Amino acid sequence: MAKPLIATQHLTSCFGCHMSILDIDDRILKLAKMVDFDRSPINDIKEFTWPVDIGIIEGGVSNDEHVEILKDFRKNCKVLIGIGSCAVANSVPSMRNTVPLKECLEEAYLNGPTIVDGGIIPNDEDIPILLDKVYPLHEVVKIDYFLPGCPPSADTIWNALVALLTGKELEFPYELIKYD
Amino acid sequence: MSEDHALFIKKVAEKYGRDPTRLMDILLEVNARYGWFSEETIGHIGEAMDIPRVKIRDKISFYTFFSQKPVGKTVIRLSNSVVEKMKGAAEVARAFEDAVGVKFGETTPDGAITLTYAQCIGMSDQAPSALINHTPVGNLLPEDVGDIVEAIKNEEDISQLPQALIDVNLRRSGPVVFAPMDAGTAVRAALKMTPEQVIDEIKKSNLRGRGGAGFPTGKKWEACRNVKSDFRYIVCNADEGEPGTFKDRVIMSERANLVFEGMTIAGYAVGAEYGIVYLRGEYEYMLEDLKRILEERRKKGLLGKNILDKKDFNFAIRIQIGAGAYICGEESALIESLEGKRGAPRERPPFPVEKGYMNRPTAVNNVETLCAAARIMEQGADWFSTIGTEASAGTKLLSVSGDCSRPGVYEIEYGITVARFLKMVGAEHAIAAKIGGPSGRLVAPNDFDRTISFEDFSTGGSVIFFGPGRDLLTHMKQFTEFFVEESCGWCTPCRVGTTLMLKEFDKIIEGRATRTEIENIKKLGQTIKTMSRCGLGQTAPNPILTSMQNFPELYEAVIKPVDYIGTFDFAKAVSAGAEITGRKPHSDEEANL
Ligand SMILES: Cc1cc2nc3c(=O)[nH]c(=O)nc-3n(C[C@H](O)[C@H](O)[C@H](O)COP(=O)(O)O)c2cc1C
Ligand code: SF4
Repeated sequence: MAKPLIATQHLTSCFGCHMSILDIDDRILKLAKMVDFDRSPINDIKEFTWPVDIGIIEGGVSNDEHVEILKDFRKNCKVLIGIGSCAVANSVPSMRNTVPLKECLEEAYLNGPTIVDGGIIPNDEDIPILLDKVYPLHEVVKIDYFLPGCPPSADTIWNALVALLTGKELEFPYELIKYD
Repeated sequence: MSEDHALFIKKVAEKYGRDPTRLMDILLEVNARYGWFSEETIGHIGEAMDIPRVKIRDKISFYTFFSQKPVGKTVIRLSNSVVEKMKGAAEVARAFEDAVGVKFGETTPDGAITLTYAQCIGMSDQAPSALINHTPVGNLLPEDVGDIVEAIKNEEDISQLPQALIDVNLRRSGPVVFAPMDAGTAVRAALKMTPEQVIDEIKKSNLRGRGGAGFPTGKKWEACRNVKSDFRYIVCNADEGEPGTFKDRVIMSERANLVFEGMTIAGYAVGAEYGIVYLRGEYEYMLEDLKRILEERRKKGLLGKNILDKKDFNFAIRIQIGAGAYICGEESALIESLEGKRGAPRERPPFPVEKGYMNRPTAVNNVETLCAAARIMEQGADWFSTIGTEASAGTKLLSVSGDCSRPGVYEIEYGITVARFLKMVGAEHAIAAKIGGPSGRLVAPNDFDRTISFEDFSTGGSVIFFGPGRDLLTHMKQFTEFFVEESCGWCTPCRVGTTLMLKEFDKIIEGRATRTEIENIKKLGQTIKTMSRCGLGQTAPNPILTSMQNFPELYEAVIKPVDYIGTFDFAKAVSAGAEITGRKPHSDEEANL
């Protein structure tokens, strides 16, 4: 039987959740025995080769490209997991949610204290168009599981993946899901 | 002007000995004069009291009767609770807006009138109702509003308006609270016993608290007596703020003497020399009468030193007015408020009987509990425990409102079935009853054969009936909004959880929900119930959860049999960005599933 396939992606985030995935240390060898990686920034595969079993997304949805990527993931992943506070509840990126987009851009690129000689709002075909707010994943597509944390620890991610892959009961010791 | 201002505030502060624990009274007096708190006023208070401004702002911002924005000379607070809405508050609101010429939340340009909404003001039996400054008006009809506003503009005495004649609305008197009484009889009977014997008698009677939690009163008094301390206090909780409750209003207007009698007996039993009645701000109109009754009792030797010539039994009572905050009904929040702070509940333990008011042992009891305690002194524990059921001795006052032909207060014996009660109040056609107010449960007709008692449907007293055609889900939403508004904000599950719950519930009401939302709400509700510090959070999910339990068909009818419904609107979300950049976004269609 072929090994299950995993795909991962980051949206608006700090990449910390992916670092936390790598933080499983030598267990990554075990993981490599259990699964194959498809689309992921870790191996730099940018499109789905095939539909996969598990998709893991870090970060919130803040531009038109993210919407497209997220929907592509939903279409191609049997199980979709949102990891980290940004994906689950928007966290830091959503600090802009209380300010209208235009004001935000003007403050950052036109009127901010570090702007010299006017400044311009970046605008290029290659730059995705920002959404009015940053959205959590589950408002855009169905998310099957959430792993909160900023970032979720390597053990949390490992326990969740092993449970999902082996069908065993998921166990989180209290320390793993205590956030304050 | 400003000097006058400072002088006035200084005088008020001095009247209360510049005691920070009396900040509530100081603010109330300053508020009575100016109507609101400017930064200048706050500064003067801070100076006069020698406390930081931020503490004063902290307190002011907590209570709805205090404003940091100018308000009109007359403030009209129209109650907007669920029952009031059912009885046409919206139409009355529109009539007020037309007659006054401003919207709710606004003040007329000449500074004469402010229109604002209030939570339940204890007048659900006479809804729609409002407070005009401190005067309650009830049974409002849109067509009366013009005359009322005219009277305000002409500076007439509002209390003389026909709508200001508050019906007592006592529909049924029972043997405990509303039986005839003579001032002093109960105290006299108690003083024939030792304090320990009084406590034993109360324990024997099986009296449990009427304020909602149902704690055995004798045990509470005993615990309070047994804590070593230089002082002890008795607090009478007359803050009733649970929407749909107004029984304490009727007790305070018809049986204040019995309440004071109960407090005096409690003082004797636990060894306290000082009692405080915390009266909700909405009932300030009763204050003068209550003070007069206290004075009469003093004259009769029923209060003061060596009461009824009992050597060394001294007891005094003062009345503290609140300033509009439901959470102040919670006993530890009430104590915080009494100490001059914002009314945020305390961590428990220690319980008030150990460390209450001023960190001294304090017995907090509901108005009705104290009446029952007094009556037990008069008639004996054996008599009392023959009334009601074995586990629920005595009578209970129920405040009945909503769809029924005879709203008002009923003193019933514990153990009455809901079905029998329905007939009594003229609610035979009810499709549901909310027993225990917003924090209680929504009961379906197939449970109408169950009883009102501690062992079955326990209630602090609010019973709201819903007749045919009522949209129950919308009313559950409105109850939940009440908790969102009244949460003190200390616990995240209560502060944030209730809002999240409401958001999910909106999806259900609007037909955008799947089974996932139902499951989410159940889980969230459980978290809020178990992770919140006080009773508010612990019961806030009840309207939604109990309606899910008892009216599953209402939910089945509106949820969609699909896997997922997103809330995201791509076109709307991307429009601002597209406009700023002048570009066409990646089409949502391409990515659509
Ligand atoms: C949010 C909240 C509001 C409350 N409001 C009242 C109230 O208005 N009146 C009251 O007597 N008890 C109220 N209680 C219950 C009090 O905390 C306390 O249990 C009661 O006053 C004790 O008196 P009892 O033993 O005589 O019932 C409230 C509790 C909570 C959690
Ligand atoms: S449960 Fe709610 S009202 Fe009670 S202390 Fe916590 S936040 Fe305040």
